[in-house]
Amino acid sequence: MFLFLARRLLGAMLLVFAVASGALLLAQLAPGDYASQFGHSPAEIAAERHRLGLDRPLVERYTGWLERTLTLDFGQSFQYRRPVMDLVRERAANTALLAVCALVVATLIGIPSGVFTGSRQRGAAVRAVRGASLVLLSVPPLISSLVLLTIAARTGWLPISGMEGPRHFVVPTLALALPIAAMLERLQAQSIGDVLSKPFAIAARARGLSHARIVWRHAWRQSLGPILAVYGVVVASLFSGSFAVEMVASWPGLGQLMFNALTVRDTYLVAGCAAAGATFLAIGVLAVDVAHALADPRLEGTHGA
Amino acid sequence: MRNGRGLPAAMPAIALALLIVVAALAPTLAPYVPARQFANYPFAPPMRPHLVDDGGTWHAPFAYPVRIVDPIERRYAEDRTRRITFADDGEPWFLLGSDALGRDVLSRVLAGARLSLGIALLATLCTLIIGAAIGAAAGYLGGWVDAWLMRSADLVLVLPTIYVVLALRGALPVVMVPAQVFAALVVVLSLVGWPAAARGVRGIFLVERRSEYAEAARALGAGPWRVIGRHLLPASRGFLAVQATVLVPAFVMAEATLSYVGLGFASPTASWGAMLLDASKVRIVAEAPWLLAPAAAIFVTVFVVHAGSAGRDPHSGDHNLG
Repeated sequence: MFLFLARRLLGAMLLVFAVASGALLLAQLAPGDYASQFGHSPAEIAAERHRLGLDRPLVERYTGWLERTLTLDFGQSFQYRRPVMDLVRERAANTALLAVCALVVATLIGIPSGVFTGSRQRGAAVRAVRGASLVLLSVPPLISSLVLLTIAARTGWLPISGMEGPRHFVVPTLALALPIAAMLERLQAQSIGDVLSKPFAIAARARGLSHARIVWRHAWRQSLGPILAVYGVVVASLFSGSFAVEMVASWPGLGQLMFNALTVRDTYLVAGCAAAGATFLAIGVLAVDVAHALADPRLEGTHGA
Repeated sequence: MRNGRGLPAAMPAIALALLIVVAALAPTLAPYVPARQFANYPFAPPMRPHLVDDGGTWHAPFAYPVRIVDPIERRYAEDRTRRITFADDGEPWFLLGSDALGRDVLSRVLAGARLSLGIALLATLCTLIIGAAIGAAAGYLGGWVDAWLMRSADLVLVLPTIYVVLALRGALPVVMVPAQVFAALVVVLSLVGWPAAARGVRGIFLVERRSEYAEAARALGAGPWRVIGRHLLPASRGFLAVQATVLVPAFVMAEATLSYVGLGFASPTASWGAMLLDASKVRIVAEAPWLLAPAAAIFVTVFVVHAGSAGRDPHSGDHNLG
């Protein structure tokens, strides 16, 4: 286990580093730079470039950034004039908060309703839930957040942007959580259906155990394997979905920060955001893999970094 | 997602084909030129088609013309005494309403279908070609080629996709003509999309390479290209088809997201994402919900493709582009 973790951690660190470098180089190579977008005179632009160090050659800028990165100094943001590290930490916390809320909500909605639809064959309620999740599966977060915002704005029930209080969480969280809940519901329904048709479940029924007892005490735990396996994908889709939600619902998260940094060519901030994004994803995937390896020791070592 | 309710299994495929035909014929089908502005009709509500007029007489489908009566509250009044059709040039019939500049939403959704579906289909094709080529090379050659190709595929797979797309797109000029945007988006999406396809094709090649028919072909003197082209690639057809049903919706969403944040098609161009951006920019969707028509179009496209891949695990090789 220790070796497995060590190798994965090393791989993740290399990945984060590679992503940050890639983002930095891409942002450096992009046409235009931070200094050139204000309507100053050429002399002022040149002075600004010099102040920000943008007039030095690309290789020199990159190696300078590398050296400082090794001491966890990710440089200064041009537009905010603050250390990249602080900015990224604030915004990443917001994104993480949103993602965790959405994950909890999606799990609480998706898993029980999946058990419900999967363990029953017919009924209006089953069909309603199944239909709802088929619809929600096809709603990307961009659209779910736009639609929820429209509803919120029309009814005036909920605030439509920002993150001041608990009421501000409702729209972004639901927008992000509902498509994932639908995915979990479909998967759980399939999985518990499979388990319930196994001999042991039929035998339990023959012995006279109640339906609820078979489903919740015996079948459900066995059906969790495929669900746990999909959480790696869920982490990834939470992450990319949160970008759309942040943009639509003005949630001050990492995606928004990255986007702003990109549009004004705030190169060090771009690299910092990309590094944070890669870290997020690596931690999420690693956590899922560790949970998986703990649950099923045979998997250990099969997933290379 | 089982098709157990007597629905013909081909329905979604037909629906998708229909969507593509509609997109291809958009310039013919659209009642107005998508960029045309009817200056006196900002935010006109959708105008219902009628068949029977107030007198009880039947006509070909028509609408009652509207006129703005309160420019500040944007209230429109119907004129029930006259009938208009799409042929009436002076007075527009907005079947799905109009936007802030008095442009016909229906025409723009149709025009957007060409861009959005076009990008998604072309990017899917490129992704599958790249993925199949890399997967084939890895699976057929094996050894260190396989190891390196798959390691790079793994690398791309664990990247934060949306940030990579943003960074790649951000490295290009912000302002481009629509044709350049089209090409850029296809390239960017193909660059991040190929690993899943490559891994699948490689897996199939690893198994099929040792199968009897492939051995037989080799024994009969078939060269590697022939074995790959005639025997192994056809074996991966089913997998590639399933991949396509994952990729097309993912790419439709990606185009919408990128255009929505202003990194895709810019405003005068009618793409679904750009239209959604227009709708949200004025914070007007609450008053003019018909501006969400492109969202409905995206939903229909994604739903049709999802329904078409019936029985597939909802999570197999999922892509998360937005």
